[in-house]
Amino acid sequence: MPIVHKGTVVDNKKVGNYFVLTATAADMPKEFKPGNFVAVAIGDERSSLILRRAFSIYQVNDRGVYGGTVDIVISPHGPGTDYLANLKRNDAINLVGPLGKPFSLPKDPVPCVLVGGGYGAAPLFTLAEALTARGCRVDFILGASTQEKLFGMLEARRISTTLTVTTDDGTSGQMGQVTDALPEVIKKSNAAVIYACGPMKMLEAVANVANMHGIVSQTSVEESMACGIGVCMTCVLPIIGDDGITRMLRSCVDGPAFKGDKVRWDQVGKIPSDTWGAPVEGVN
Amino acid sequence: MKRVPKRTSVDMSIELAKLRLESPVLTASGCAAAGKELDQFIDISTIGAVVTKSVMLEPRSGRATPRMAETPSGMLNGIGLQGPGIDDFIEKDLAWLNQKGAKTIVSIAGNNVEEFGKVADKLRDIPGVIGIEVNISCPNVENRGQVFACDPYAAADVINNVRRNVSASMPLFAKLSPDVTDITEIAKSVVKAGADGLSVINTLLGMVIDTDTLLPRLSGKTGGLSGPAIRPVAVRCVYQIRKALPNIPIIGMGGIRSGRDAVEFFAAGANAVSVGTTVFNDPEACVRVHDEVAQILQDKGLRSLAEIINAAHEELI
Ligand SMILES: Cc1cc2nc3c(=O)[nH]c(=O)nc-3n(C[C@H](O)[C@H](O)[C@H](O)COP(=O)(O)OP(=O)(O)OC[C@H]3O[C@@H](n4cnc5c(N)ncnc54)[C@H](O)[C@@H]3O)c2cc1C
Ligand SMILES: Cc1cc2nc3c(=O)[nH]c(=O)nc-3n(C[C@H](O)[C@H](O)[C@H](O)COP(=O)(O)O)c2cc1C
Ligand code: FES
Repeated sequence: MPIVHKGTVVDNKKVGNYFVLTATAADMPKEFKPGNFVAVAIGDERSSLILRRAFSIYQVNDRGVYGGTVDIVISPHGPGTDYLANLKRNDAINLVGPLGKPFSLPKDPVPCVLVGGGYGAAPLFTLAEALTARGCRVDFILGASTQEKLFGMLEARRISTTLTVTTDDGTSGQMGQVTDALPEVIKKSNAAVIYACGPMKMLEAVANVANMHGIVSQTSVEESMACGIGVCMTCVLPIIGDDGITRMLRSCVDGPAFKGDKVRWDQVGKIPSDTWGAPVEGVN
Repeated sequence: MKRVPKRTSVDMSIELAKLRLESPVLTASGCAAAGKELDQFIDISTIGAVVTKSVMLEPRSGRATPRMAETPSGMLNGIGLQGPGIDDFIEKDLAWLNQKGAKTIVSIAGNNVEEFGKVADKLRDIPGVIGIEVNISCPNVENRGQVFACDPYAAADVINNVRRNVSASMPLFAKLSPDVTDITEIAKSVVKAGADGLSVINTLLGMVIDTDTLLPRLSGKTGGLSGPAIRPVAVRCVYQIRKALPNIPIIGMGGIRSGRDAVEFFAAGANAVSVGTTVFNDPEACVRVHDEVAQILQDKGLRSLAEIINAAHEELI
């Protein structure tokens, strides 16, 4: 069960283009599963920014000096993320979590490729640990537009069999995109599952590669959220159900991870005409 | 631990139309889904009532994304009434609420006058529904998309039709839009048509333009503005309606964030309040606002909430 926690900042350090913020989080670590996220309030109860911001949980620690803590990775680029990047040790921070469905883990110890784009790598490290604990081989691909936007290279190298890095501008690793490197990694590792988190365009491309190879993909999407807890219906995208019917599902409670072949990628931001309850001509 | 209202010596119970509620704080339609998600944070059976997301006759996909934009002390939304349709709602959502012992006010909507009646008829004899809120603030497809609540005749037609499709004892609340020249005119019209109470206010029509693309931010171009930014408008609407209709039960809402905000509504004439957008910021808000109101009353040395209702109207007390 998620909780509302009035916590404090334990640490907030700059790592490349990002900030890694550690906050006290009471019992959240005990409830945490890889793929969960937290919704963080911006400012206090008088703040004029009333919507929480969603962040993947990067690390948890349930028995530190400060009790339970969670780490998030912040990419500052707007009022909310700038505010969080500027928080200092001992500042107040209010978190709701853990939220969202966790990644599904394979039953058997099969090889998995984990693909992270920019800060999208954040939820993949705890996932890698969980997979490794099940005996799965883990291969990592990290990509970004440029070197400063890569996240977690050292850690990825530590917990994976192989790490492949790509940057659009060639400042680190192979020049190109994660999907340029993906087929080769799939082949070498004999991968059965691909996990991906990053920009929507990257997820779409990864899902396509997985489909072409006939393997399963789980993509953790990033949709604009107002509540993060499932009550507002802002964060929807068209998902094909097991019955073959497309529905507008909430990424905060039905996701954020969805099977890559179930997302109608070309229709994200639209209502496909065959969606359950789609507008009929002349009505709505 | 799910949050529940603190016990105090202050009597927080209220009379609302034919209802007696233990707490004056309700959820706002569309800001609490059907209660289930919030029940992880608060015990949903301990708040005044759960006002569910407006439900229509048929399942509805809602609008394309982006559906929201944050605004100063508020937000703009264009969800487009996404929902499962009334049959599925009764079978799943209402059944869950009943099993939890929640008090449920079902918000209904329709594309035309007849559809409102059909949705209401489906709720006849369904146990657990303590009231119906009629969301007339949605566009009328038969009338060039004009919003029912902006026209006293269209608004009355809807309420009339709903009234004929529910039992005489079912409390009906008409939800009004602030986007009108004289909200008391609409209020009088729907009360005459059979509304037992009024929910005041729905969102204000607004627009946000993305300065990079120079296009409206929401897929539906316009959307509904909510949150603390609209509170003074909402308090004014409640005040004007109370003045025009001294005895009509009012559920006040619009930007309530704290107990102090709720007190403004009670003083302006609200008998109960709904907390909407603030729930996105604080999932425990409905219980917190209850506790804060009780504390304010206690600090004032008052024994019951009833003592401050209408307090801003010197002629009424
Ligand atoms: C499940 C999930 C996990 C995420 N994990 C991370 C992470 O690990 N690190 C990180 O830096 N960012 C993450 N994000 C994105 C982050 O939530 C947004 O960058 C942030 O909300 C932007 O806020 P802002 O005020 O700085 O920017 P603005 O763009 O000004 O935000 C304005 C409003 O739009 C919403 N919004 C804007 N962009 C996004 C977006 N991309 N996703 C969701 N809401 C958005 C905000 O919540 C806010 O209400 C995640 C988003 C989701 C949905
Ligand atoms: C995301 C969202 C969805 C809403 N959906 C509905 C709805 O389905 N029916 C309705 O009558 N009002 C709806 N409303 C309006 C609220 O119930 C409320 O009247 C309004 O937001 C003002 O209150 P607030 O400022 O506390 O949110 C919605 C508001 C928001 C923010
Ligand atoms: S963000 Fe509100 S339902 Fe998903």
